[in-house]
Amino acid sequence: MSGVAAFFGDYTIQNVMMGAALLGLISGVLGSFAVLRQQSLLGDTLAHAALPGVCLGFMIAGARELSSILAGALFTAILAALVMLVLTRASRLKTDAGLGIALSVFFAFGVVLLTYIQGTGNASQGGLDAFLFGQAAGILRSDLYLMGGITAFSLGLVAGFWKEFKLVSFDPVFAATLGLPVVLLETVLTVTIAFAVVVGLQMVGVVLMAAMVIAPAVGARQWTRRLEHMVLLAAVFGVISGLTGALISATGQGLATGPLIILSASALVAVSILVAPERGLVWEGLKRWRDRRDLEANKVLTTLYGLAARHKDPGYPAEQGMIDTYHRIATRHALARLAERGLVEPVEHMRDQEGPHWALTEAGIALAQHLRQEPASG
Amino acid sequence: MDTITAVKTADLHEPQWAVHVEDLTVSYHGKPVLWDIDVNIPPGVMAAIVGPNGAGKSTFLKSVLSLVKPTAGHIMIHGAPYRRQRRRVGYVPQRSSVDWDFPTTALDVVMMGLYGHLGWFRYPGRQAREQAMSALEEVRIADLAGRQISQLSGGQQQRVFLARALVQQADVYFLDEPMAGVDATTERTIVGLLHKLRDAGKTLVVVHHDLQTVADYFDWLMLLNVRVIAQGPVGQIYTVENLRKAYGGRVSLLERGSLAGLRGIDAPPERPSDVIGGPPAGSRSAPAGMQG
Repeated sequence: MSGVAAFFGDYTIQNVMMGAALLGLISGVLGSFAVLRQQSLLGDTLAHAALPGVCLGFMIAGARELSSILAGALFTAILAALVMLVLTRASRLKTDAGLGIALSVFFAFGVVLLTYIQGTGNASQGGLDAFLFGQAAGILRSDLYLMGGITAFSLGLVAGFWKEFKLVSFDPVFAATLGLPVVLLETVLTVTIAFAVVVGLQMVGVVLMAAMVIAPAVGARQWTRRLEHMVLLAAVFGVISGLTGALISATGQGLATGPLIILSASALVAVSILVAPERGLVWEGLKRWRDRRDLEANKVLTTLYGLAARHKDPGYPAEQGMIDTYHRIATRHALARLAERGLVEPVEHMRDQEGPHWALTEAGIALAQHLRQEPASG
Repeated sequence: MDTITAVKTADLHEPQWAVHVEDLTVSYHGKPVLWDIDVNIPPGVMAAIVGPNGAGKSTFLKSVLSLVKPTAGHIMIHGAPYRRQRRRVGYVPQRSSVDWDFPTTALDVVMMGLYGHLGWFRYPGRQAREQAMSALEEVRIADLAGRQISQLSGGQQQRVFLARALVQQADVYFLDEPMAGVDATTERTIVGLLHKLRDAGKTLVVVHHDLQTVADYFDWLMLLNVRVIAQGPVGQIYTVENLRKAYGGRVSLLERGSLAGLRGIDAPPERPSDVIGGPPAGSRSAPAGMQG
């Protein structure tokens, strides 16, 4: 018991846990909008484009000071988003190409700056490259206040402009006809993604940050039918992944926190994609299997109906071997299921000389007639 | 309807028309999509915009709704530019224009039609919900209100869009192919509803793809192929000659003479005098006929 208390009482562990939870919260909420607007890759571009800003912030402050580093990161991330926007608006470049170009140019510039700073031999540059993959253990309490402030501000924006953000994400053209400033709202949504990236810089770094924007949202989408629930669940998924990653890292053998957070989020996504009701792969596979089974049974039913019609006897006992021959497969299981549903019944006929026989019930005749009809229009 | 009072009568330009378009030219990458369009649609008619693919039908709607910036010309809704008449205009976009896998319900989409009336920082409440429900009843899918929109059929999705326009309580409605790819029942429901709106004094401008039904459904027709080929009461405009002008060589359908109500050289007009007398003076703003 005291071991657990000591563990959670540890200053560094507390900071890392809180940072991870904040990151999960903001990226889950804002990532939901990015994913729904089919801008998942925007997070990747903004995160990579934050690197030159990190270096510039460091160079201007002259020391590893988080506020100026994050301000720089925010600046170049937003600049990259603008470059992408101008590229796609002014030229015939598509969005994916624009994102790709902005990502690689800004990231390359960031790496150049990083190596330049390392070359100058500045003593406090140690740990600047931690922004590539994140270094959660380096988080201070004061950093948390900054991250918390950014998160609170972003969540406030989402709450205040909830219905506008929703409409712009679903139907921007209709939003424009209502007189909403669509370009401004889309810009604000993009900037909030940059906020999430900035919050995640120290935790998971620029390279893996995109996953944090995408994963909780994609996972949450599987389970819900409403945007409200999706955003809440994405926030929960984000916080859970953050805490899980931080916990594993703290208890394990010095494994990096950021990648563990991403792996936790990915595990949640994998489970969601597999087993979520209605949208999950297992669910869909099960439904397809059931459909195929029903189709087979229905085919056998109409075969029985055809035989009865040809013999002009609604209670015509058809021998199982005959039905097998017609379908060229064993129909034993299909017939058993039809019998379970009360559509056919086993009948006694020439018991010693022939195999089992089956006849349609009233309900079976009705369903077969229904199945043989053309689908009604409308 | 506060914006109506905001528009001073003295400022109005050609207020006798529900839609007045003059010299409209729109171009993409230097190529004209619409060229020198002059259009006048009187209030209280159900007008079809018909033309071949690439004729600029959707672009015309988008220009009227200020979604596309024209290269030249001006557009007036009941005598004033669109930005001052927003509240009097309802819009039904093409069904394919949104991602129907978006996590939301039918009722929620309908309530989006009220966002313009609500204003900033206000959330739709009970009244909005009731308005949206009665619009869903109007399009006969009230039972699907809570359904996730991806689980609706194409026709049902179209009805949701229509219900969203209904709650806008507009005077002029613009609809982009509302009957495309819907089942027969939905088409009947939609046409019935549009007729009811027209009979309540609303103006409906519909991009329509099906030449077969133009004469049955509409009383005003605008034939478009980059330019305006012809416009006016359907009985006068819906002729073999005009269609041939609009569609160029692609008139095999017309040659078979299979189009209902198509007016040859000497056939009588399909719909007589009810619309031919020109527009009534001033703009009509009859009370909303949507509850009836």
